[in-house]
Amino acid sequence: MKKSFLLGLATAAIFSTTAQAGTLEDVKKAGVLKCGVSTGLGGFSAADDKGNWKGLDVDVCRAVAAAVLGDASKVKYNPLTAKERFTALQSGEIDMLSRNTTWTLTRDGSLGLNFAGVNYYDGQGFMVTKALGVDSALKLDGAAVCIQAGTTTELNLADYFKANNMKYKAITFDTSDQTIKGFESGRCDMLTSDQSQLYSLRIKLAKPDTAIVLPEVISKEPLGPVVRQGDDQWFNIVRWSLNAMINAEELGLTSKNIKEKKDSKDPAIGRMLGGQGEKLGLDDNWSANIIEQVGNYSESFERNVGSGSPLKIGRGLNALWSKGGIMYAPPIR
Amino acid sequence: MYVTDKILPELPAPSNSKGLIHWFKVNLFNGPFNTLFTLLAAFLLYKIIPPAIEWAFIDATWFADSSSECKLENGDRKDGACWAFITNRFDQIMYGFYPEEERWRPNLAGIMLVLLTIPLFFKKTPKKAWLGGFILVIFPFIAFVLIRGGYFGLEVVDTGKWGGLMLTLIISLVGILFALLFGTILALGRRSSMPIVKSLSVVFIEFWRGVPLITVLFMSSVMLPLFLPEGTTFDKLARAMIGIILFQSAYVAEVVRGGLQAIPKGQYEAAAAMGLSYWKSMFLVILPQAMKLVIPGLVNTFIALFKDTTLVLIIGLFDLLAIIENVLGSDNAWLGFHTEGLVFAAFVFWMFCFSLSRYSMALERQLDTGHRN
Repeated sequence: MKKSFLLGLATAAIFSTTAQAGTLEDVKKAGVLKCGVSTGLGGFSAADDKGNWKGLDVDVCRAVAAAVLGDASKVKYNPLTAKERFTALQSGEIDMLSRNTTWTLTRDGSLGLNFAGVNYYDGQGFMVTKALGVDSALKLDGAAVCIQAGTTTELNLADYFKANNMKYKAITFDTSDQTIKGFESGRCDMLTSDQSQLYSLRIKLAKPDTAIVLPEVISKEPLGPVVRQGDDQWFNIVRWSLNAMINAEELGLTSKNIKEKKDSKDPAIGRMLGGQGEKLGLDDNWSANIIEQVGNYSESFERNVGSGSPLKIGRGLNALWSKGGIMYAPPIR
Repeated sequence: MYVTDKILPELPAPSNSKGLIHWFKVNLFNGPFNTLFTLLAAFLLYKIIPPAIEWAFIDATWFADSSSECKLENGDRKDGACWAFITNRFDQIMYGFYPEEERWRPNLAGIMLVLLTIPLFFKKTPKKAWLGGFILVIFPFIAFVLIRGGYFGLEVVDTGKWGGLMLTLIISLVGILFALLFGTILALGRRSSMPIVKSLSVVFIEFWRGVPLITVLFMSSVMLPLFLPEGTTFDKLARAMIGIILFQSAYVAEVVRGGLQAIPKGQYEAAAAMGLSYWKSMFLVILPQAMKLVIPGLVNTFIALFKDTTLVLIIGLFDLLAIIENVLGSDNAWLGFHTEGLVFAAFVFWMFCFSLSRYSMALERQLDTGHRN
């Protein structure tokens, strides 16, 4: 008795097995979605004081859980570092990855993964001290730049300055925290990094008001959720959960008005809220659940990184295609 | 002729050879160079210490409900430290994501460990060996069941939710316990006269000592899952712990081997002459003496292990430092209080390491049998 107890204890603690192919069945059986998120990136995936995960990337996990399980809170978050993220997905430790991951050909083509869409169009930008008095990156000839070493940021910066016939002096640092300290102590006139990060770095300054983020974006960094290759049904579910959030914004459906709009006469809303579930292997309430429990894309954006958050990132590229951005989801019909 | 029959009373020492002034003269202003350096050091201390105290204590904000209380109205930081960043999230720093209503379980395990360990510090406690054995063999299972749950109606708390100082202590205690056990066995194996045992021990020790811990952790978390059959997942914490134990065992083995070599051959021969078997001679004669000799080396290894546990941050486990750096550091509501977090983490680590080293010194004195000189 004692022996089997201890043995059971050890096995329970160490191994748990999941089948690979039918991710949808596995998730339904487990009653919980295993979602890989970042170990901490403000606005995208970060834990609050109660240990609840919040953020734009987290909302994609929640949307999928709402669509599949009918409950956005049934997510088991697996915080992953940049190096482990793909292994965790390949080995089946997680069902999907939503961790500010840039969609590139190499990753899509050679890692056995599929990118299910884009939930944030990021790009490299610049932050300068206000005292410098510039309003465009093109006026930065001869500036000293703080960069994090060994990232693609360095390469993009060199290309951009070369293309515009400008000179710069690079001052490299190891981590983003050191980079911002370097900027703060006045060792450089500007700091370059992905725009989403610039805004949170700016808040880290002792005097945030002394710096501004310039409008220029010099690289393409489309971030999106990732699934394993070879499970098309699951791929579709993740892709369309995200698309449902974007389409909901377009159709003016929000978590607040979804209840009234359910009986709307608008055919587009009617198509979106009824009858499409079974094509994905889900029940008919899938999209309504997403909108009710997570909200549309705009709600998620404003709450996590936009005007409702300390980051105050503008919509920019992430505005809907109809409002000057490039956020575009194929129609649900 | 004048002969005195009284001894003259002792005069006080000249004023320049005693007291504070004398001490200053001898220790601080002894020659032009020392005077110069003293002044320089005093100037540096004056430049560093008062601002540091002002930052850490006088101007500090200790409690606040939101980060805005640590900031001026225009969003700039106040001059003092914002300890509210720590006090506000203290529970999370201690327990990570461990559910609030279940936190009595790790607390209970901790209290049990402390209560069980205290009698070991007193010389008169009867049956110390049994108590020690209980702590080393039975207690880990009790603690594991308590903290993880799943039996006796306790709710399962997945290892992914363990974190903070709790996780740091769990990893280091488990690491120390098993590393000491395996390390001792490996050290005996390396000095064994049996060729297979000996070469296996040598290969094991040299292999694990030859790779950096960070590599071991990466292998365990990034590579290992790819080698396992598809769909099999293996608890991340267990993987990290096994890696740390294997790594530290190799170090402990070499420290213990140093102790074994320091024991005079006469002791081995005397034990053999008494007719003691190998294990008896080791456990009754050699190891007690050897272990006593290597206390400083062992404690050194354990302090290093305790600090190395912070490396689990790179495989996404939230130990004390990772909670402060990643979890608290990325919460939008409290951005920009990085320095306070690091100072606090440094303080906690220093406190543990310092007490460990003081304890080891006390242990050395207690076990000292006068072979020191």
